[in-house]
Amino acid sequence: MNATSGELTASGIAQAVASKKMSALDATEAALARIDKHNPVLNAFTDITADRARAKARAVDAAIAAGQNAGPLAGVPFAVKNLFDVQGLATRAGSKINRDLPSAPRDATLIERLEAAGAVLVGALNMGEYAYDFTGENVHDGSARNPHDVTRMTGGSSGGSGGAVGGRLVPVALGSDTNGSIRVPSSFCGIFGLKPTYGRLSRARSFPFVASFDHLGPFARNVGDLALAYDAMQGPDAGDAACSARAVEPVTALLTQDIGNLRVAVAGGYFQENVFPEAVEAVGRVAKALGVTRTVEIPEAARARAAAYVITTTEGASLHLDRLRRRAGDFDPAVRDRLLAGAMVPAPLVDRAQKFRRWYRAQVLELFKSVDVILAPATPCTAPKLGQTTFVLDGVELPVRANVGIHTQPISFIGLPVVAVPVPLEPMPIGVQIIAPPWREDIALRVAHALERAGVVAAPSPKGF
Amino acid sequence: MAADPLDEYIDAVGKALALPVEEAWRPEIRANLAVSLKLARLVDEFVLPDEAEPASVFTA
Repeated sequence: MNATSGELTASGIAQAVASKKMSALDATEAALARIDKHNPVLNAFTDITADRARAKARAVDAAIAAGQNAGPLAGVPFAVKNLFDVQGLATRAGSKINRDLPSAPRDATLIERLEAAGAVLVGALNMGEYAYDFTGENVHDGSARNPHDVTRMTGGSSGGSGGAVGGRLVPVALGSDTNGSIRVPSSFCGIFGLKPTYGRLSRARSFPFVASFDHLGPFARNVGDLALAYDAMQGPDAGDAACSARAVEPVTALLTQDIGNLRVAVAGGYFQENVFPEAVEAVGRVAKALGVTRTVEIPEAARARAAAYVITTTEGASLHLDRLRRRAGDFDPAVRDRLLAGAMVPAPLVDRAQKFRRWYRAQVLELFKSVDVILAPATPCTAPKLGQTTFVLDGVELPVRANVGIHTQPISFIGLPVVAVPVPLEPMPIGVQIIAPPWREDIALRVAHALERAGVVAAPSPKGF
Repeated sequence: MAADPLDEYIDAVGKALALPVEEAWRPEIRANLAVSLKLARLVDEFVLPDEAEPASVFTA
């Protein structure tokens, strides 16, 4: 079996390794070779942990040779956004400042769980500074490049995660999503991304941004791989104060369940404004495939996005206050100026935003009594050009940075689970959000899987990678 | 040109929090603060009951 083309899925690699048709070391070497060949262009990886990966792969092979079960992800190469602690590396979180931190003494919980399932960490991935961006551009490490057109953005802030999976350097990557940082790169890079329910996956030993909204989650090139990685990472963790005590609720075995009884609707109003025709086309294709005719209004979505913005900028400023005092000149200037402004927002406005959040949550939960799934664009547009600062929509020039996340922010604001699914439009793919009620990742993944089987959503193969 | 009303506020809060505000950074800080306050106003004008609790509720 040949893993060098990057066409193998995570489940395909795991099955081949478990049945000794391929060694974990061969799968790892193939991933390392692809990273070596393509990363100079894609700039997805900031650290390649080759020695560690080879040692882990040999351990997986030894376990299999000894007749042990090496786990559901045996030999599967994966990489993580560089805000995850990786033992022996300083957790840079896309910044210059954090490079001065001591090396992390222990891996993040989610890395430990994937490796316990047999997966092999091959490196850490590029990201926007301190996760405060939607572009995938980074002034310190250079921009991550979109594998479908290297003159375009990957989206961010998990830009390297999008590029690495979109470019088939690894079958699975991890990222974080505070306001859209998993769903935006999934959309721009044409891959699947899961932002689970807030509190579902442990954030222990990852560098934070906005405690109220920070989520971690996986990227993959198909729904089965996404579910496989997600299942391996679930479970309580005392190391994250927000992590739920819920027991593991595996979804992989549920993917093929019939979805005919699910009530699906398209988000109207706010979610149909400020969108390019490609986003309308993508949502339309998904809705048609699911036979959806109903539209629902998510109440006060614009205000929800505004409140998310306020909480983000103020909690982010609080996190970085001392760094702003001591090392303001070492920030990306765009991030620094946003954080300095965030430090100046009066406290009563933040408190009101948090009160509005509870009100909005109640309204949306009420809506979910009459609907099981809501469809919405993941991004208003396909990937803009690198360095592009504005786009023109309906004759109005709008800033790229501020508008890329307008459809993701009102959803993560209340922690709803979302699968971003790629609609393979030409020349560039674009994503759709499959949004489910809290703790029902299974529903969103089942719908995504049905769409994948119907051929409506798929991760397109990048030309040249 | 008259000073922007936000400039005095930026200077005062910057001083109170010991934050550096270099002149070259001021236009972007002001622009970002203006956006934050505009969006915060959208939330502020939404009427909630006095009993409304914030999303995060502490559990002892």
